[in-house]
Amino acid sequence: MTEGLFYLTAFVAVMTAAVVILHRNPVVESLALALHLCSIAFFFVLLSAPFAAMIQIILYAGAIMVLFLFVVMLLDPGGEGKAGKVGRAQLYATILGAFALLAALFPVLAGYEPTLPETPAGYGGVESIGTLLFTEYLFPFEAASILLLAAMIGALYLAKREID
Amino acid sequence: MVPTGLVLAVSGLLFTLGVIGVLIRRSALVIFMSIEIMLNAANLAFVTLSRAHAGMDGQIFAFFVMAVAAAEAAVGLAIIVAVFKRRHSTDVDQMALLKW
Repeated sequence: MTEGLFYLTAFVAVMTAAVVILHRNPVVESLALALHLCSIAFFFVLLSAPFAAMIQIILYAGAIMVLFLFVVMLLDPGGEGKAGKVGRAQLYATILGAFALLAALFPVLAGYEPTLPETPAGYGGVESIGTLLFTEYLFPFEAASILLLAAMIGALYLAKREID
Repeated sequence: MVPTGLVLAVSGLLFTLGVIGVLIRRSALVIFMSIEIMLNAANLAFVTLSRAHAGMDGQIFAFFVMAVAAAEAAVGLAIIVAVFKRRHSTDVDQMALLKW
């Protein structure tokens, strides 16, 4: 049962990612990306990480994707015209990317299949994540809040200068 | 039971698709979307390995990656809108302002 769900989710995730990089209509690409982010959230559920799945749906598929779709529809960049010519540098870099994929696939090719340990009660839930976040990872948490503040001020500055 | 190695393979495949998207597309918006795909592939690997070791540190890291992605999307899309207003295009080949 879980295996079937896993293969289905993996298929959806890879197909929507391919649509994002290959399709020519930016609106279709945005919607495919939204579906992709939802499939990643489904992976998180399968991996017993309910909090991460929730945040993925709310933050990524909700907030960031709305922002993307908003900008796409605001700018209406249209198609890219003729298919982009692929230069020599891009070709080499793609080959390098294929090698990166091979390195990432190495665990499978080498038969890496650890037995999954039992998880404690409340694993991946809001309470356990929050406890960890405010004890062991307090400093990175504060750094992230400062980063978000700086991003907000930066975005405001960029938007305001256009009005003046 | 989710096969750990296969999930890592899917994560690697998604990351490579993101890299290819950044390399072959010229619209800044699509390049941004490809970057999101790469960040998500990394998040998937984090959560998978966190499950394989029954710890939660990987999930915390995925949380921080999402925070950085949110900041990046806000500033990046503001820059794209500002550039589009000036040049009426999101083609990265035409943006050579900081090129030597």
